[in-house]
Amino acid sequence: MIALAVTLLMPALTALVLAFVRPAPVGTRINMSATTAGFAASVWLAWNVLTQGGIHGAQFQVDAFNVYLIVLTSFVGMTTSIFSGPYMAHELELRRVTPRRMRLYHASFQGFMFTMLLSLSTNNLGVLWVALEGATLATVLLVSLYRTPESIEAAWKYFILCGVGIAQALFGTILLYFAAARVVPDPEQALQWSVLYAHAAQLEPVVVGIAFIFLLIGYGTKVGLVPLHNWLPDAHSEGPTPMSAVLSGLLLNVALYAIIRIKMITDGALASGVAHDPHLAGKLMMGFGLLSFMIAGLFLHRQRDIKRLFSYSSIEHMGLMTFAFGLGGPLATFGALLHMTVHSLTKSAIFVTVGHASQIAGTQKIEHIRGLVRTQPVVGWGLLVGSIAIAGFPPFGVFTSEFLLLSATMKSWPWLAVPLLAGLAVAFAGLFRHLHSMVFGPSPAGQQPIPLNPVPVALHLAFVLWLGLSIPAFLARWFDEATRLISGSGLL
Amino acid sequence: MTAYADLPLIEQAIRTFAALILVTSFALLAQSRVVAAIQVFAWQGFLLAALTALVAWNSGLTHLYISAALTLALKALFIPWLLIRQARRLGILRDLDAVIRPGLTLMAAGALVIFCYNVVVPVREFTQVVTRDAIAVSLALVMIALLMLITRRKAITQVVAFMSLENGLFFAAVTATQGMPMVVELGIAFDVLIAAVIFGVFFFHIRDSIESLDVDQLSRLREIND
Repeated sequence: MIALAVTLLMPALTALVLAFVRPAPVGTRINMSATTAGFAASVWLAWNVLTQGGIHGAQFQVDAFNVYLIVLTSFVGMTTSIFSGPYMAHELELRRVTPRRMRLYHASFQGFMFTMLLSLSTNNLGVLWVALEGATLATVLLVSLYRTPESIEAAWKYFILCGVGIAQALFGTILLYFAAARVVPDPEQALQWSVLYAHAAQLEPVVVGIAFIFLLIGYGTKVGLVPLHNWLPDAHSEGPTPMSAVLSGLLLNVALYAIIRIKMITDGALASGVAHDPHLAGKLMMGFGLLSFMIAGLFLHRQRDIKRLFSYSSIEHMGLMTFAFGLGGPLATFGALLHMTVHSLTKSAIFVTVGHASQIAGTQKIEHIRGLVRTQPVVGWGLLVGSIAIAGFPPFGVFTSEFLLLSATMKSWPWLAVPLLAGLAVAFAGLFRHLHSMVFGPSPAGQQPIPLNPVPVALHLAFVLWLGLSIPAFLARWFDEATRLISGSGLL
Repeated sequence: MTAYADLPLIEQAIRTFAALILVTSFALLAQSRVVAAIQVFAWQGFLLAALTALVAWNSGLTHLYISAALTLALKALFIPWLLIRQARRLGILRDLDAVIRPGLTLMAAGALVIFCYNVVVPVREFTQVVTRDAIAVSLALVMIALLMLITRRKAITQVVAFMSLENGLFFAAVTATQGMPMVVELGIAFDVLIAAVIFGVFFFHIRDSIESLDVDQLSRLREIND
C-alpha cells in the first residue's frame, strides 16, 4: 500500500513543485529524479504484488495485469524524461520554447504521469474516466507548446475530438452505474470495478451492452481506433517529441487498458444471455481493431512528415492489439500483452530517435532528412534498428508477439489471418519505402551532430531484443498470471 | 404507464424542468449572437442546478444538494462569466456566428429528439417512465450539442456547445441514477473547471496564430493536400 502511495504521489507532488520552479535546468533535473524515483517505487510495488498478492481495496485495485502496465508506464516515463533533458535544452537554445513554457512543460509532464498511473491503479470506473480526461487536459497545452499555427490547430483538434469522444465514455459509465444500481445496493460501491466484476452475471445484459458501445467509442477515440483517430497524427507530429513518445507509448495503452477492463464486465453480463451474442464486446473490438490496422497501414504510404509516419504506425499496432484482445482466449491475450510491452518500448525509442533526426535535419519532412548514418551514426542506426523492430522482423520481440497473434487467429478465425498478413506486408512496405534514403545516402552539407543521450534508446531496444530472443521465466509467469485474469485460463 | 397529471407534484416539476432544459438546448442551437449564446448556456446551467436540487429533495439524498451547488457555481456562474470576460477582451462579444439554415438545423434537432426516444423506448429495462424520459432527454441533449458543435465555426461557440454536451451527461447522471458517487462528481467538476480555464487560455493562442477565432481557418493539417 505504501509502495502504491509513493508511486502515485511522487508525480502529483512533483507536478505541483515544478509549477513553481523557474530555472529550466533545475526543472529538468527534478523531472528526471522524480520519474527515476517513481520507477523505483513502481518496481517495489510490483515486487509486493507478485510476492504477496495484489491490493484489493475499495478505491485501488492492483493485480498482475495492471501492475505490469504501471511498471511499463513508469519505465517509459523515466527514459523519456532522461531523453527530454538535452532535447528540450536544445529546443530552448533554438528559441522554439521560452523558459516560462519549459515550466509548463515539466509540470504537465508530471501531471500526465500522475493521470496515467491513477487510471491504471484505480478501482473506480468513474475515477478512471476522470483520470483519462485529466490526461487530455494535462497534454493539450503541451501539443501547442511551440505556438505555431499548425500546433495550435493540432491541439484544438485534440481537445475537441478527445473531449467529445471521452464524453461518450462518461455516458457509458453512467449507463453502467444505472445497471449496477439495481444489483449493488450501496451506491458507493456500484462503480467499483471489482464489485461490478463479481456481480457481472446479474447485470442487465441490454443496458451493459449499450454501455459498452458508448465506452468503446469513448475510450477508443483515445486509443486512436479508426475512424476516431483524426487527432492522433496531428497531436503526435506538432507537439514536442518527448510528448509524442509518451502519448504513443503510454496514453494509447492506458486507454486500451480501460476498454479491456470494461470488456471483462461486459462479457460476464452477456455470457448468460440467450437472446444476445455473448461475444458482442469481443466482436466489436475485433472489427474496430482490424479496420484500424488495415487503414493505418495504407496511410503509412502517404506520409511526408516523419512523426506522422510513426504515429500512423502506432494506430496500426493499437488496432492489432484491440483485435487480439477482442479475439480473447489465452494465446491471443498473452500475445497482446507482450505486444503492448514491446510496442511501447519500441515506439517510444523510435520517437526519441526521430526527435534527434529532426533536430539534426532541422525539419520533420521526410524528403529533407538525409544521410543520418554519416552525420551521427547513433541516430541513423537507432532509427534503422527501431524500424526493423517495429516492422516485426525477427529476432525482435514484436516478431514474437505478432507470431503469437497470428497463430491465435489461425486457430479460431483462420480466414482472418489473410487480411492480417496482408496488412503486415502493407505496413512493412509503408515504413521501409522512406527509410533507406533517410538513414543512408549522402548527408547534406553543413549537417551537424547534436548533443544527445543514447542510453534510453539503447535500453529500450535491448529490452525488445531480449524479449524476442527469450522471455525470462519470471516475466512469462507474470504475463501468464495477467492472461489468467483477463481470459480465465493461463497459457503455461 | 402513468399519466403526467397523476404523478406527484414534485415529479411533475422535475419533468417540467427537464423539458425546459431541452428547450434551452434548442435555443442554443439557433442563437447566432455570441453573447446571447453564452447567456442561454448560463440559463441551462441554472435550470440544471434547480433540477438537481428538486431531485435531491424528492429522493432525500443530501449529496445531491452539493452537486446542485457545484453546478450552480460552475455551469451557471463561473463558466459563463469566464467566457463573457474572455469574449470581451477579444472584442468578439457582439459578434455573430451565423447559423447556416437555422430552420433546417432546428428541424434536424427535433428529428434527433424523436430518434433518441425511438432508441430508448424498445429497451425493456427502461420501462420505468422516469428513467426512460431521463435517458432519452439526456441522449437528445448530447446529440443536439454535437449538432451545435459541427454547425458552428467560432471557437467560443464551439466551447459553449462542448460545455452543454457536458450538461447533457450531468443531466443523465442526476435523473437516471440520482447522481454519481461523490468522489466521481467532484472529479468531473474539477475536470470541467480545468477544461474551461484551458479553453479560456486557448482563445488567445488561436487568435494570435491565425488572427481570427474562426476555426474554419484551422485547416493546415490534413491528409490530402497539394
